[in-house]
Amino acid sequence: MATTYQLKRADFIFKNENDWEKVLSNILSRSPQDLINELISSELKGRGGAGFPTGLKWKVASELATQPKYVICNADEGEPGTFKDREILEKVPYKVLTAMVACGHVIGAREGFIYLRGEYRFLMPELQKVIQEFEYYLKEIKQDFTIKIFMGSGAYICGEETALFESMEGKRGEPRNKPPYPTNFGYMGGPTVINNVETLAHTFTIFKYGAKKFYDLGVQYSRGTKLFSVSGDTPKPGIYELELGMSLQDFVYEFGDGDTKAVQVGGASGFLVPRKKFADTAIGYQGKLTGISLPTGGSMMLFNSSRSMYNVLDNYLEFFREESCGQCTPCRVGCQQLLLGIKAVKRGDRPASYLDKLLRLTETMQVTAKCGLGQSVANSFSSIVENFREEMIY
Amino acid sequence: MTTQKINISLNGYNVQVDKGTMILDAAKENGLIIPTLCYHKDLCIAGNCRVCVVEIAGQKRLSAACATPVEEGMEILTNSLKVRNSRKHIIELLLAEHNADCTKCYRNGNCELQELASEYKIMTQEFIELVPFKTYTIDMYSPSIIKDDSKCIRCQRCVRTCAELQGVNALTVAHKGDEMKITTFMEKPMNSVVCTNCGQCVNHCPTGALVEKNYIEEVWEAISSPDKHVVVQTAPAVRIGLGEELGFEPGSRNTGRMVAALKRLGFDSVLDTDFTADLTIVEEGTELLTRLKKALKDKDPNVKLPMATSCSPGWIKYIEHLYPEYLPNLSTCKSPQQMFGALVKTYYAKARNLEPDKIVSVSIMPCTAKKFEAARPEMLDSGYRDVDYVLTTRELAIMIKQAGINFSALEEAKYDRLMGDSTGAGVIFGATGGVMEAALRTAYELVTGREVPFENLNITPVRGMEGVREATIKIENPKKEWAFLDGVELKCAIAHGLVNAKTVMDSVKSGKADYHFIEIMACPGGCLGGGGQPIPTSPEIRKKRAEAIYAEDAGMAIRKSHENPEVIKLYRDFLKEPNGELSHKLLHTKYTPRERF
Repeated sequence: MATTYQLKRADFIFKNENDWEKVLSNILSRSPQDLINELISSELKGRGGAGFPTGLKWKVASELATQPKYVICNADEGEPGTFKDREILEKVPYKVLTAMVACGHVIGAREGFIYLRGEYRFLMPELQKVIQEFEYYLKEIKQDFTIKIFMGSGAYICGEETALFESMEGKRGEPRNKPPYPTNFGYMGGPTVINNVETLAHTFTIFKYGAKKFYDLGVQYSRGTKLFSVSGDTPKPGIYELELGMSLQDFVYEFGDGDTKAVQVGGASGFLVPRKKFADTAIGYQGKLTGISLPTGGSMMLFNSSRSMYNVLDNYLEFFREESCGQCTPCRVGCQQLLLGIKAVKRGDRPASYLDKLLRLTETMQVTAKCGLGQSVANSFSSIVENFREEMIY
Repeated sequence: MTTQKINISLNGYNVQVDKGTMILDAAKENGLIIPTLCYHKDLCIAGNCRVCVVEIAGQKRLSAACATPVEEGMEILTNSLKVRNSRKHIIELLLAEHNADCTKCYRNGNCELQELASEYKIMTQEFIELVPFKTYTIDMYSPSIIKDDSKCIRCQRCVRTCAELQGVNALTVAHKGDEMKITTFMEKPMNSVVCTNCGQCVNHCPTGALVEKNYIEEVWEAISSPDKHVVVQTAPAVRIGLGEELGFEPGSRNTGRMVAALKRLGFDSVLDTDFTADLTIVEEGTELLTRLKKALKDKDPNVKLPMATSCSPGWIKYIEHLYPEYLPNLSTCKSPQQMFGALVKTYYAKARNLEPDKIVSVSIMPCTAKKFEAARPEMLDSGYRDVDYVLTTRELAIMIKQAGINFSALEEAKYDRLMGDSTGAGVIFGATGGVMEAALRTAYELVTGREVPFENLNITPVRGMEGVREATIKIENPKKEWAFLDGVELKCAIAHGLVNAKTVMDSVKSGKADYHFIEIMACPGGCLGGGGQPIPTSPEIRKKRAEAIYAEDAGMAIRKSHENPEVIKLYRDFLKEPNGELSHKLLHTKYTPRERF
């Protein structure tokens, strides 16, 4: 058994540096192209979970002539088991705001919004104060950029970027058809860069210390560090900044309670990894060479042997059944079918082979659902049912 | 400007299509039908049923054909195994959610979900039926529309119809996930919200979730009662729509066959709403000229202009809800249906020597709002319920089928008298701009003594399918008593579909528009696209129906309302004069301001 595990801890995000004015004025003195190149060479990928290259996103939006453009910070942190964005906005909000102004400078936007999760209303007064400070400074240096907070109302789906736009526009929070993508047609139809809170905080690090410092951390395809929200059967739940690319085995050595049966990587929409696959699983973005690599928005839930995987799945499906926006068939009806289906199998009303029918249904959901929610229900369902089939039946 | 052509491959065949075309349309152009449910030609793209998914080479996920534009070099598979399996799953899911008690459904035989299930031969229900797990409401409060949530497949076509075509937003989506449903403001019943009863949601619903409240059995019972005299009137747009339900192509004219069928169904007298359409023109035209006189000559500040037409009950309810301050601008004329009803139980009863309470007055309408209109509390001016039952074009087709009548083999018949004579001006009431055209034909001639200065009386500027149309007619050399109108440019506006009514009303409200007369029809295309017309509807179908309407007009011997001999007789024998005392009692009405939600 390998004991040379090493979790590479890092401390960038929460390092409290009271120098945002300096960093910002330095950023604003650089050309948009220069900043884009810096971001691209850092290989920073979206920290919300989907992992789209941030530099590319900014680049596409910067190249469009359409005005007005918008910068949106996605703070609708709703994935079960994730609580890192809240911490960032509480501890180092100025990093996020600096990054938003930087993005506005790069793409040519004059308006920025923070879409704040409904349950995070308590963050608002403090955040508002910091925004005021920023606006005062921006006025002083004659930088034309405003930041407003938009309060969400508690729907999980509104974290999906296009549903978020709909919600901001005063409509029902339902995902749009893609294409067009937000960089071309986002909030109010304008080119929009929408980034996760953590992604923005990382750009602060990159612009301050240079891309190389960030790039040197992590592994190929998964550069830099990432915040992890660790919860479940662990003696030390909390938020940790770690380098990407670690093996799940190492993670469990550090955070497990000695009896870890499985880890859910990436929240309800992520994958469940059973003990036997810990060593073969890395935490990072999918790449051509990295083997099994699981992305995560930061949620790491540990389960020990006292937990029934049936109950875990039942809980996730209950969540999806309720949080699906309900517009597209595969997600709305599919989630209900999966939940009722595993209950029926458990009760013995349907044969065990019905699980295979449901697995095929998740394949359909994965390829036909309109947005990431419906598409990713298959992740937890298939990884739990395939690895813990007996717990589903008996 | 020519659109750029790009190369794509469809199921292995290389084709060229316009850049920016959606995959669904590109496939259709090339003879490939991709099934759809939430897609409708009248509406914006939703892409939420996912039935139309197709495979694009190099992409793991399938794409909705209705919502994905083609790109150069795209290789599309519309019928791969992956597509078929997914599509079948989606149909199965919809069926699991849908109350698939097809034999007891009003839309049995004309349901898009049923068609798909049949096409894909879904013979078993492998998923768990969701209907028994839920409680559904069947909203039967509205006199026009029944809404049954258990049959709803959440395609949101009704929601988009109510918002995009009508701008009413009575129907909307509420809740999320498994509880997501189509409902009204505060989930109130349909009769106590802003709903105008226009029935466009019924016309656009793919299943039986939204249907008209039908009165077929009531009418059969009346027909079968020996002591009842059952009179039927048929609206202008019914004659050119009915055929579609009975095996004819859209745009087929079936006036004579329809009359013959109605006689065979056992109605005692088959009469024509076109007659009261002509009467409406005389009454409304007189009203317009009176208002113009008061405004332009007497400078009476209390006169409201523009005057708006009042034939469309959907429009009436709309303005009552959303622009109640403009109710005085509405013509006080009842709609042709209600004028007819009031006359049947007075003038007709007297002339035919019948007891009014023995008369059952039935109307066949392209409209669901007419059911509501007939039930309005003020529609009792004859001393009785002016119109007892309103049937849609679809309900009439059902009755014809139930009676076993071979419609296409019928010999054409003529309307009965009294109140069966009509003119070309009456029939064009069925198309948007028709009331305007008919009114201008009469008013211009009343004022100048000459026919309207358009070839063959066809006032083409007011015709067409644009949402809002404007026209100006200059009055020259009027008769002596209308001298104040000399040189006046009569400004008219025409709108169809309530979303366009909103445009017109907003420009009136803002003072931008100085119209004298506006015609508004609640439904797209006017009555020919009404909520009671055959399903499906589309811009092409409505265009064909409009052509048929104008062909009917062109084929009429008399084409001006004031020349209708029965209308002349009616004034001579009964009403005495337009806008006279009896007219006001029987043919005019008042309106009720309503809440905005």
